[in-house]
Amino acid sequence: MAEYLVLIYEDEAAWEDTAPGTLDEMMKGHQLFGQRNAANLRGGNALQPTTTATSLRRDAAGGFVVTDGPFAETKEALGGYYLIEATDLDEALALAKQIPAPLGGVEVRPIRVFD
Amino acid sequence: MNAAVESAVADAHRRKWAFVLAATVRVAGDIDVAEECVQDAYARALATWPTAGIPAKPGAWLTTVARRRAIDVARRVSTHGRALPLLVERVTSSVAEGPGPSHVTDDRLRLIFTCCHPALATDAQVALTLRLVGGLSTPEVARAFLVREATMAARITRAKKKIGAARIPYRVPPIEELPARIDAVLNVVHLIYTTGHTAPVGSDLVRPDLVERAHDLARMLWALLPGDAEVASLLALVLLTDARRSARLADDGRLVLLADQDRSRWDHGAIREGAALVREALRGRPPGRFALMAAIAAVHSQSGSWDATDWAEIVGLYDLLLHIWPSPVVALNRAVAVGLADGPAAGLAALDTLATEPLLATYSYLAAARADFLRRLGRAGEARAAYEEALLLSENAVERAFLADRLAQVKS
Repeated sequence: MAEYLVLIYEDEAAWEDTAPGTLDEMMKGHQLFGQRNAANLRGGNALQPTTTATSLRRDAAGGFVVTDGPFAETKEALGGYYLIEATDLDEALALAKQIPAPLGGVEVRPIRVFD
Repeated sequence: MNAAVESAVADAHRRKWAFVLAATVRVAGDIDVAEECVQDAYARALATWPTAGIPAKPGAWLTTVARRRAIDVARRVSTHGRALPLLVERVTSSVAEGPGPSHVTDDRLRLIFTCCHPALATDAQVALTLRLVGGLSTPEVARAFLVREATMAARITRAKKKIGAARIPYRVPPIEELPARIDAVLNVVHLIYTTGHTAPVGSDLVRPDLVERAHDLARMLWALLPGDAEVASLLALVLLTDARRSARLADDGRLVLLADQDRSRWDHGAIREGAALVREALRGRPPGRFALMAAIAAVHSQSGSWDATDWAEIVGLYDLLLHIWPSPVVALNRAVAVGLADGPAAGLAALDTLATEPLLATYSYLAAARADFLRRLGRAGEARAAYEEALLLSENAVERAFLADRLAQVKS
């Protein structure tokens, strides 16, 4: 077995234009995903929007530059994640396909294991 | 070392490489280790066959030697100690192809499906397939795609690392995923073929090395998945189009269009085999993309002359193809066929609907096709401009020479 982090990327701005009820439907989708795949789920969370993010970068003087906003500005932003367990990439992808992400998509990253 | 041994080893390399490697990967649990062991086995063959004699079954001999070596290596370096062991499926699964020799899954299929996994970029799939299934060395793969050796080596290394780190399994996909996964494999083999059929850049029209590898791969797939109509159709397409190879170039190295080819120079044995495969593939199923492309090639191959070509049939086949595979390149080929069926004005009108297609903006064949219809319509000025555009976009020396010739004709 191996672990994968599934990162959910969606267009935050597009949420404002969605039909009422979209959010409820999506929450139901996540619940269903959780129930169906409880055996493979190791964790997961939804994140507050990128407007709440704070980024830190090292500066030349050895201190930090603090910025209001996400590390990288992209149209689709990280909005949540699941940590899943799967035997191989095919199983991980099959699980990831069930995750609701109507305004974007997901990225599947294998967790690195150190000996 | 004698010539017979050298030729036997070269033959075993071309015919048996994938078989030997695929069987060794299973034991080694690691692609790199397996590759080294297989290379060692071929080197041992060169060293020992001159005295011991060429074995009756060279493929089996090489497999035994490579696997034994892989077991030795595995004993010394336990798989658990390695950071990224390959995920070799322990249980033998089988492709549901019905009864017949294909019922038992061949390790080569596992190798092919791993190389063409959709989680790998297409150029990585192509490189891995040529290297691991086709047995080409990294410099050979680099040369085939005219990229630097270091670039190709990095591409192959990155792909192999992803197979290990992301745990892309070494197995044949389950039946419900099989059609999509087979399609990805066919795509890779077709890409290798088209790159060889008309090299995108360079001084040669054809890259025989790539064409022949694609032919070998298509034939291997057909042997492994004989019940799949699209697999049979890809082999048919390769046979039918490659049958024209020797007629595509004049003795002075100039390009000869299909319209002007000496059809007696076509390989009629390959055409017979290809046409039979197409007939079988078209029987009783909605035809797939490769079946339709092969059917179009078959219509050309079985026409006694350019003038005798059944253009209405070809347009009809392109309509079906466009319906299931709505690609701009298919639309372009269809437009050309319309022009040949209904005259250059109709062809030009069909081409003009594609003028704003972004995917064709840098495609020299659109400009070349427009130029040809304009020339036939006697619109010399516009034809000249279109030939000039096509010349700007084409990077194949033989095609450029042809376009320059035509440009000179419309200028005079």
